[in-house]
Amino acid sequence: MASQPVAIRINGKDYAAEVEPRLLLVDFIRRVAGLTGTHIGCDTSNCGACTIHLDGRTVKSCTMFAVQADGHELTTIEGVARGGTLHPVQQAFHEHHGLQCGYCTPGMIMSTLQLLARNSAPTREEIRRGIAGNICRCTGYQGIVDSIEAAARMLQAAPKEG
Amino acid sequence: MYPASFEYARPETLEEALELLAQWGDEAKLLAGGASLVPLMKLRLAQPRYVIDIGRLRGLAGEARQDGHLAIRALTRHVEVQDSATIRSALPILHDITSQIGDPQIRNMGTLGGSVAECDPAGDWAPGLLALDASVYCVSQRGERTIAARDLFLDAFTTALEPDEVLTEVLFPLPPARSGGAHLKLERRAGDFAIANCSVQVTLDEAGRYQQIGIGVGGIALAPLKVVAAEDLLRGQQPGEDLLRQAAQAVSDCTESFSDIRGSAAYRKHVAGVLFRRALALAERRARGESVEVQHG
Repeated sequence: MASQPVAIRINGKDYAAEVEPRLLLVDFIRRVAGLTGTHIGCDTSNCGACTIHLDGRTVKSCTMFAVQADGHELTTIEGVARGGTLHPVQQAFHEHHGLQCGYCTPGMIMSTLQLLARNSAPTREEIRRGIAGNICRCTGYQGIVDSIEAAARMLQAAPKEG
Repeated sequence: MYPASFEYARPETLEEALELLAQWGDEAKLLAGGASLVPLMKLRLAQPRYVIDIGRLRGLAGEARQDGHLAIRALTRHVEVQDSATIRSALPILHDITSQIGDPQIRNMGTLGGSVAECDPAGDWAPGLLALDASVYCVSQRGERTIAARDLFLDAFTTALEPDEVLTEVLFPLPPARSGGAHLKLERRAGDFAIANCSVQVTLDEAGRYQQIGIGVGGIALAPLKVVAAEDLLRGQQPGEDLLRQAAQAVSDCTESFSDIRGSAAYRKHVAGVLFRRALALAERRARGESVEVQHG
């Protein structure tokens, strides 16, 4: 099988490799780039644990081939904190019990970032719709919704952090 | 889970893509956003020998008004339709459809053309195309043609597109004054396949009669359907409870259905009739100039 050259910028750093066309983007991120914060959950495009930003939009990286992201820019959970300081969304999840086992958290954070970029003051209903592509099996979502509400308040108080 | 191995091609132009399709025929699959094809390949329900990635072909995304139509190009992502103020004001039903597809990530990945060409029995686009009497524009090396939505959806995952054709655009007729439409669906859980969905587009005359009406349903049969029987019952008529009950019955009875884990055949058919009545009520309010938000789950 002819391998394919792929160059992807992840969190501002360039990664290049010759890959099989069927290599999934999530495995490029985890194995080629070594960024294991992006998780593989269901592997069937349902759970959203593998959610990353592709050119600023959330996608499920288990449901794309790495070749499709050739020449594009990604942000993963490793690219969210700034210089060792948690992003307000991460801080809010930490403070408001937005996680238990933590497996879904990277994907939840990436979806929350997009949700709040599209709607800076969402209602609880809008929050639930905004994270409809992410499944958490521990929390019952109450803490996650609380965290996202808190994150929205924090970001509005300090809009430059957005 | 990994798909079977395949050969990958990423043509630079539509002409190159058409040449590859002509050469490889039904051994090849077109990859647009991949929101459906990639999961099908991972489950090995699809094992194409060749994958032709048209996802970044220039000129195949975006929208334009032309000759009384709104033309939306095939590679336009669902979210781009959802977010477009011009589309929403011209055809609010398209906002209903795109804001109910899958989940935010799917809407960011999936494309209009990919979704229409896939022809999932529970897909949200097809009932809308049927209700709006839309058509699709297709090209191949043999030439180009337009296929009316009512001739397009043949069976589950089967359209009238030939293996060497690329769907490049969907043409939605722009409705006259006093028109409105709505799309609704029922799903057991967020992001699940629809038990049933229904699109209704209506134009009222000055006396409030149904001057023109289009009805599309999905989820209940193996192919999305245009409910001509109910359209014929309503066209030219004044709204009324008896008439609406008859029309809802015609929607429920428009096809054989099937039972599965999400519901029985009888339940699916019942739900289609209920969704039809709710969608029609919303469509009428919009046709009267009300701005109505569709609540979706």
